[in-house]
Amino acid sequence: MPKLLNLLLAVEHGMKKPVWDCTMCGQCVLHSTGMTCPMTCPKTLRNGPCGGVREDGHCEVKPEMRCVWVKAYDRKVSLPLPTVWKEHYNDLRPPVDMQLKGTSSWVNLITKRDQQTPAGWAKRQEETHSH
Amino acid sequence: MSKLRDVITQTKDVVYTAEFPIIDGGGMEQVKKNVERLAPWFVAVNATDNTAAHAHASNVSVAIAMKQHGLEPIMQIVCRDKNRLAIQADMAGANLHGIENIALLTGDDVTAGDEPETRRVFDLDGPQAINVASILNAGTYLSGRKLNPAPNFFICSVENPFAPPHDYRIERVLKKHRAGAQMIQLQIGYYPERLEKFCAGVAATVPDLAIIPSVVLIKSAKPLSFMNDKVPGISVPQDVIDRVAQSTDQAEAAYHLALEQCQHALALPGVRGLHITDFRHDDTLERLMRDLGRTPNQYT
Repeated sequence: MPKLLNLLLAVEHGMKKPVWDCTMCGQCVLHSTGMTCPMTCPKTLRNGPCGGVREDGHCEVKPEMRCVWVKAYDRKVSLPLPTVWKEHYNDLRPPVDMQLKGTSSWVNLITKRDQQTPAGWAKRQEETHSH
Repeated sequence: MSKLRDVITQTKDVVYTAEFPIIDGGGMEQVKKNVERLAPWFVAVNATDNTAAHAHASNVSVAIAMKQHGLEPIMQIVCRDKNRLAIQADMAGANLHGIENIALLTGDDVTAGDEPETRRVFDLDGPQAINVASILNAGTYLSGRKLNPAPNFFICSVENPFAPPHDYRIERVLKKHRAGAQMIQLQIGYYPERLEKFCAGVAATVPDLAIIPSVVLIKSAKPLSFMNDKVPGISVPQDVIDRVAQSTDQAEAAYHLALEQCQHALALPGVRGLHITDFRHDDTLERLMRDLGRTPNQYT
């Protein structure tokens, strides 16, 4: 089993690193963010752009880089992505679980480990969604 | 008890908030002077958290000092310098001292400050921090561990409707509202049509969310150019800069620009008041407030 996990990890990293500059956060949300990785935002913001985006749509921190969230929003609107993915665009994504750093998000998706959130967070999500 | 919450939820009165000047010198005497100048006009004032990525007397300490001197704080917590433990500690500390208004912000990047070599944290982002405040309001920390008595936070946040992607700013504010924000202070901006579109979009979906646009009082065209060149997320159109720069009386032209911005913003849907940043220009502040129909101590 560990061999299989290592293989998956290598394949995932090998695919995602060149395309999305993947940092292996282990809790991939690409599908819900217009196929743009929010971990490439210098502030690693997973819930939308900060207020510092420049008039030309570029990043406050790296003026040469287009804001990750400007790109994400454009792609969400223009790419023929599955509707269900687009519907998740405005989800409140939970804080990053630092324990998953360096693990395979594919494995964490199958085991649902990537859906685990702290008890207080989980309770609030339950309450706000049941309303 | 939060007077800010009362004014927003119980009355029709206009909400005026301001920025408490940063404290780097002058000690408590300076705190007192600031309170005396601001208290007559504002229902609550922001106790900032290392504004523009510069270290200052802390958000919690300034909020406590303001409260001791009789001015209601809106205690800001910024995600740049603190991880989730420290952010929750700030919230629990505010609760301990009876501070109810808190504002959760993502924050400027460290590169905006005078110590750009520091580590940026952003363990939480703005919407997540708002949600954490809601979790504490329900009586537990993020982990589920109990906090007793539970806080009764009036949760505020910020948004910049003037920065791209413009259409998405409305959706982002709605997300903040779902996370628990009840009041949104806006970034300073010089594109009235963007503000109109934003307020209409937000008010159409969540009419109970109090929108508080910001206006800055300046004395010449120079700060307009400075903001345009140096402040992340603020763009000032050239014709606005020219209007002030080419006037024979720049101070007067800058004042009228601000007054017009106030009147324009107050007429928009969802707008419950204004946030005034004044860089300590005492006489102009009083003139503006009187021109907006305010008299001192209206909230008491």
